[in-house]
Amino acid sequence: MQRTIIRELERLLGSSGVLSSPEDLLLYEYDGSVEEAGPDAIVFPRRKQDVVEIVKLANRYDLSIVGRGAGTGLSGGALAREGGIVLAFSRMNHILEIDAENQRAVVEPGVVNLDLSRAAEKYGLYFAPDPSSQKSCTIGGNVSENSGGPHTLAYGVTSNHVTGLEVVMPDAKVIRLGGRAMETPGYDLTGLMIGSEGTFALVTEVTVRLLRLPEDVRTLLAIYDSLGDATDSVVDITARGIIPAACEMLDGWTLRAVEAYVHAGFPLDSAAVLLMEVEGVREAAETQADEIIEVCRRHNAREVRRARDARERALLWKGRKEAFGAVGRVSPSYYVLDGVIPRTKLTPTLLRIEEIAKRYGFVIGNIFHAGDGNLHPLILFDHRDRDQFRRARAAGAEIMQLCVEMGGTLTGEHGVGMEKNELMPLMFTETDLDLMRKVRAAFNPVGRLNPGKVLPLGKGCGETRLQPFPQSAGGNA
Amino acid sequence: MSHVSPATGALESASPVHRESGFHGPDRPKDVDYLHCIHCGLCLNQCPTYRLWGLEADSPRGRIRQMVLVDEGRLPLGDSFVRHIDQCLDCRACETACPAGVEYGKLVEAARAQIEQNYRRPFSSRIARSLVYRHLLPYPRRIAAVARLVRLYQNSGLKTAARQSGLLRLFGLADREKLMPPVEQVFFFSRLGQTFPAQGQRRARVALFAGCISQVSFAALHEATIRVLTANGCEVVVPEGQLCCGALAAHAGVRDIARQLARANLDVFLREGFDAVITNAAGCGSTLKEYDQLFSADDPAHRKALEFRRKMRDATEFLDSLGLTAPMRELRVHVTYQDSCHLAHGQKIREAPRRLIRAVPGVELTEMRLSDNCCGSAGVYNVTQTQTSLELLAEKMQCAAETGAEAIVTANPGCLLQMRAGSEIHKTGQQVLHVMELLDRALRDVPASATSRL
Repeated sequence: MQRTIIRELERLLGSSGVLSSPEDLLLYEYDGSVEEAGPDAIVFPRRKQDVVEIVKLANRYDLSIVGRGAGTGLSGGALAREGGIVLAFSRMNHILEIDAENQRAVVEPGVVNLDLSRAAEKYGLYFAPDPSSQKSCTIGGNVSENSGGPHTLAYGVTSNHVTGLEVVMPDAKVIRLGGRAMETPGYDLTGLMIGSEGTFALVTEVTVRLLRLPEDVRTLLAIYDSLGDATDSVVDITARGIIPAACEMLDGWTLRAVEAYVHAGFPLDSAAVLLMEVEGVREAAETQADEIIEVCRRHNAREVRRARDARERALLWKGRKEAFGAVGRVSPSYYVLDGVIPRTKLTPTLLRIEEIAKRYGFVIGNIFHAGDGNLHPLILFDHRDRDQFRRARAAGAEIMQLCVEMGGTLTGEHGVGMEKNELMPLMFTETDLDLMRKVRAAFNPVGRLNPGKVLPLGKGCGETRLQPFPQSAGGNA
Repeated sequence: MSHVSPATGALESASPVHRESGFHGPDRPKDVDYLHCIHCGLCLNQCPTYRLWGLEADSPRGRIRQMVLVDEGRLPLGDSFVRHIDQCLDCRACETACPAGVEYGKLVEAARAQIEQNYRRPFSSRIARSLVYRHLLPYPRRIAAVARLVRLYQNSGLKTAARQSGLLRLFGLADREKLMPPVEQVFFFSRLGQTFPAQGQRRARVALFAGCISQVSFAALHEATIRVLTANGCEVVVPEGQLCCGALAAHAGVRDIARQLARANLDVFLREGFDAVITNAAGCGSTLKEYDQLFSADDPAHRKALEFRRKMRDATEFLDSLGLTAPMRELRVHVTYQDSCHLAHGQKIREAPRRLIRAVPGVELTEMRLSDNCCGSAGVYNVTQTQTSLELLAEKMQCAAETGAEAIVTANPGCLLQMRAGSEIHKTGQQVLHVMELLDRALRDVPASATSRL
């Protein structure tokens, strides 16, 4: 990037607020995904006005801007696909207000998800969306990707918990969307903004709802000798009108990989485990837990365990939340997919995935939010082998196609980013996509923000574009 | 810049040619270790330096990526790499956070060994490092000699003069001077070779690891540790010939010295069949337990190190499993506990010290926010990276003060020093004690003084 531009950025942000050396640029060409793309500069605003000035400068020099939280995303959303400026929100990380009486908080986008829940804990409150990366991922990133988590089943995704946003538009205007109330008159632009993956505007402030911590939580682990019995249990539980706060499944291969590391007590010879949680007032939680146990037993669960205390509960959840990483110990890399299917189709879908795994010669582990049919198949491969990487991508595309065929979608929570933009025509007609392009153009007419993401690049072309081989090591999550 | 061309989907700067690794010689970060990193980023917010600066380069994920890039020949083993690796506290909080079980401590020590072998530091830094790691810490007599000089400074009024004259401030040394270990009147060296009998029935026979700087700055802590052990039925031997554990050298990448010290200690402590070898320094303990990592599998010292590892226990870990039997008086005191990094993250010991604290009648324990976040001591970090260390200390003292506790209890001499300085700098008035000191005070049959219930 031109020296003069860097100097101008430094005048705005101070020299500690701008990175442009080759050594530093190399560290922003990855995130949590298998994608790679590097920027020309990274900037660290500390306040809204900094963001405004950076956008003005980008307009003057015709540079693209990509927002970045912690870089834990799984679809390449925070990568500068066409170079330009990465705008990192890691220093805009202050909780501006916790309004306990009204169960609201106002935060800067760089606040870490779990830090917000920790800060709210003393008021008996928490922020419900709980992606597995919640220890590090930011609220701004959650807004951009409309993140979910294990508790999405009961509490919904990020858009259900954000009521207002302050954003900087690509023309540097500052706009407030929504507010503190759950509903505001007019078009729901807040809803439109959430999940737009940084292609509409840059978020500088978020107003979120906080939920009251439940009076009681019951965590159950059901162990099965057959995957089919496990999935049938899920269908039956929800059919009875029980909505567990979470309902997670690990298949036999994955639970063995996890057990080796976490020692959560998953039996190594089982075919699947279901991790379920019900919460609410004490009596209701108890009754629901009993009902779930009964359903699981009817579907041949070998055993159903109850977490006896907070410690056992934390251990079972550790097995789930750290499952991706545990797989990282087994294989040099893996490619984590994110698809959704109707929960009634779990069994046939898993059989088809097994078929695909055999055909490509990969091990594919399955871990998923079973309650809402959100699958996370993990394809194990070695990224150092160029051919394996290519085949892993192809197998992934086939599984995504399968999800759509089964009546599902391409992504449950990881976003489209630069990973799946070329797969969008599997789900949407050209007319649908054109409408999306028009919406994007209304916010971001020249494509200044996060170019090359979400929508297919080649108009009308539905074929999968092969991604490049990642340049360096590190696997993928 | 290397980014994807949207047109061709190819990496523009991708080069299939094999570049030469920037690592040369032995002790290098190995791909079998760094390949486990799936760059998920779960470590970021657990890393003290990332929390301060928000920079990928100063996060565990970023530091591992830099090692990979150097190994692949894409990044020089130069100033930028050295700066970010130097800025790491080696607190290993990232290991606790890592779902993939990456042994970051091992990687960063190997990276530092590479820097030591292949990077030329400025002259003054070379001299200082060589003096400390090669010519001071391995030699008990020299440690004692230097300590006497420092004591002279600290006791003679020179210290007061230096502080009052503003000279220290002029040289930017004011805060750094506060972080210096105070030298005790009686050094612990005199105890080497002695045996302290168990009170009552002997339940175990243990060796005490006495360390290097601790012998001149924490003799009182050692005495307290011995009193607590003997009161609880342990015969305590302080073997002669033991040396510095080598942790500071290993953390700094000076592996040859660390190895030399490890060999000597292995010989000393394996000579007799102790039930356990005890340390009250979590930082030393994690290195002592990992001596095997210093040697290749075919080195006889490797087998010895594994044998030694089975005996090596942190004082809190050992007493917790042995069970306290000595009668303790009531201490009506409100405390908070700071997890020493190398105990919580390095040795995965969190509950043992807390159980011991709660075992003291009358003690109330309130957890502090971020209790397992580094206080900034980190070996010699508070001297080499003073500014960062002080920033971390400020946050730590804030968290500790929020609890309203009268005392901070911890499990490592470095943390004690750092937080004692913190208590002084931030005027929080909190005492800072080792778990062993707290237990010792409960054992001693002395009436509580009017000013302190400790």
